[in-house]
Amino acid sequence: MSAGTSNVAVPGAVPDVAPRRGGMLAGRGSALAAALIFAALAVLPPIALAIGDPFLVVTATRILVFAIAALSLDLVLGYGAMVSFGHAAFVGLGAYAVAILASHGIDDILVQALAAIGVSALFALVTGAISLRTKGVYFIMITLAFGQMAYFFMVSLSAYGGDDGLTLSARSTLFGLPVLSSDVSLFYVSLAVLASAFLGLRALTLSRFGRVLRGTRENPIRMQAIGFQPFAFQLTAYVIAGALAGLAGVLLANQAEFVSPAYMSWQRSGELIVMVVLGGMGTLVGPIGGAIAFLLLEDWLAHFSEHWKLGLGVLLVLLVLFTRGGIAGGVERLFGRARP
Amino acid sequence: MSEPLLAVTDLRKSFGALAVTDGVSFDVHGNELHAIIGPNGAGKTTLIHQLSGNLASDSGTVRFAGEDITKHSMVDRVRRGLARSFQITSILDGFTVLENAAMAVQARSGSSFRFLRPASKESPLNDEARAALARVKLDDRAHRRAGSLSHGEKRQLEIAIALATGAKLLLLDEPLAGTGHEESAVLVALMQELKLTHTIVLIEHDMDAVFALADRVSVLVYGRLIATGTPEEVRAHPEVRAAYLGEEEAA
Repeated sequence: MSAGTSNVAVPGAVPDVAPRRGGMLAGRGSALAAALIFAALAVLPPIALAIGDPFLVVTATRILVFAIAALSLDLVLGYGAMVSFGHAAFVGLGAYAVAILASHGIDDILVQALAAIGVSALFALVTGAISLRTKGVYFIMITLAFGQMAYFFMVSLSAYGGDDGLTLSARSTLFGLPVLSSDVSLFYVSLAVLASAFLGLRALTLSRFGRVLRGTRENPIRMQAIGFQPFAFQLTAYVIAGALAGLAGVLLANQAEFVSPAYMSWQRSGELIVMVVLGGMGTLVGPIGGAIAFLLLEDWLAHFSEHWKLGLGVLLVLLVLFTRGGIAGGVERLFGRARP
Repeated sequence: MSEPLLAVTDLRKSFGALAVTDGVSFDVHGNELHAIIGPNGAGKTTLIHQLSGNLASDSGTVRFAGEDITKHSMVDRVRRGLARSFQITSILDGFTVLENAAMAVQARSGSSFRFLRPASKESPLNDEARAALARVKLDDRAHRRAGSLSHGEKRQLEIAIALATGAKLLLLDEPLAGTGHEESAVLVALMQELKLTHTIVLIEHDMDAVFALADRVSVLVYGRLIATGTPEEVRAHPEVRAAYLGEEEAA
């Protein structure tokens, strides 16, 4: 699935001390790569202002939001080995929590975020408990079906714009103060959420809970044979990921000042999977890179042709073929130790 | 006589019209090493799946330590002290040797719904895991990646993981499968030592090992136990000789 499995030993040979699964980028290298990415992002707003391109901050905020969503999907897909094809639904639910509360005059970001997390966690709990009864391609199908249900529910909800979506009159406030009104402050809030989510998930994947999740990814029968019931761990991971994606939705609504069912479409879910796979599953830092690469490519290729997705497709095929483990896998092969 | 640790009564399992386990009954007493032998296709692996809870039985009962566990899941059985090893090595290749064992200790040491502290740094878990590794002579390999071990070492790790669950009874499913001569000598010596502290149900093909280790032997042929007794009794049993040992007379 990810890098680090190529270390096949010749019987009797004694290779070096075990590298961690996921290799360098799951260990210290991952923290370093993430620190570099976060540092580069942190200095982006002043640079954007200096070169007179403030719109760069808006684009970058959008990237941050999708990086958070991709990061949350990595917990499910990369660590939990659950191919969820309905992850955009959680982002959409989070965004709608903001828009619907705002349309009733509740602008406070804390209230909105709590509602968004609550709703998306609950949706993840219910749909996850049902979906996890299935395996393999059926799991993909059932998560896709739940995602589409959420999508069509919002399409039919004419009180909140239906298919046309809902425009926010203003961004969220904190205790009545318009702290997010400037693009730069929204950017830094998003960056802080991304960095916290990364550190939190990193700790989680190394914790007792994360170890069971990683063990289950490798061999669920073995985990049962030593006394773990995988269902509870996978469902918990699914709910945590859903809640985090909902939080990304809160930021997305504020960034776009608009929400629509399109946020929840299955194409969006597919794009999130592409970001995770492109960046490198089960590495956390990879999906952040994947989100950055995907959205920049989308922007850049769109300049050349309206058929930009064709170019993206070709690039994806090349990446999958030549860098097993996505961008993170490629970086690791460039800088990592030579394998025996 | 005290109640046996494991009591199997009239256990059955059919796949379609094929009765793979056909009314199997036997007892295993505390600190006994009870071997189950039988030719290929006799239903040994199906039986161990039924005993470990991997596969539901059609009828019959399995009692463990005085409790009916027939309907219990594999997880519940492990928690009660009935652990198994796998015929096809199924260690977690991507983890270190120590973590493979520590994970089994973790399963019975408080909640695993802990999200922040790095599990690999929990000394109590690692200490118990190291003790299990020491019993199979793998402690010097603790920090190697499990996937990089030799085949024989992987078989040793299989046993260490079962030990680390804190089991009273070990179900060992062909622990010698695929091992060379030297590797199997190591494993046999190891099981000799385990016998002193654990009750063992050993499913094995290697007759030399079985007759060297077992207190009692049961012979499974086409899903039925045709004989149970000491190695000498079983060796002398006419039906066993006809059904099974004949083909391995060289042994």
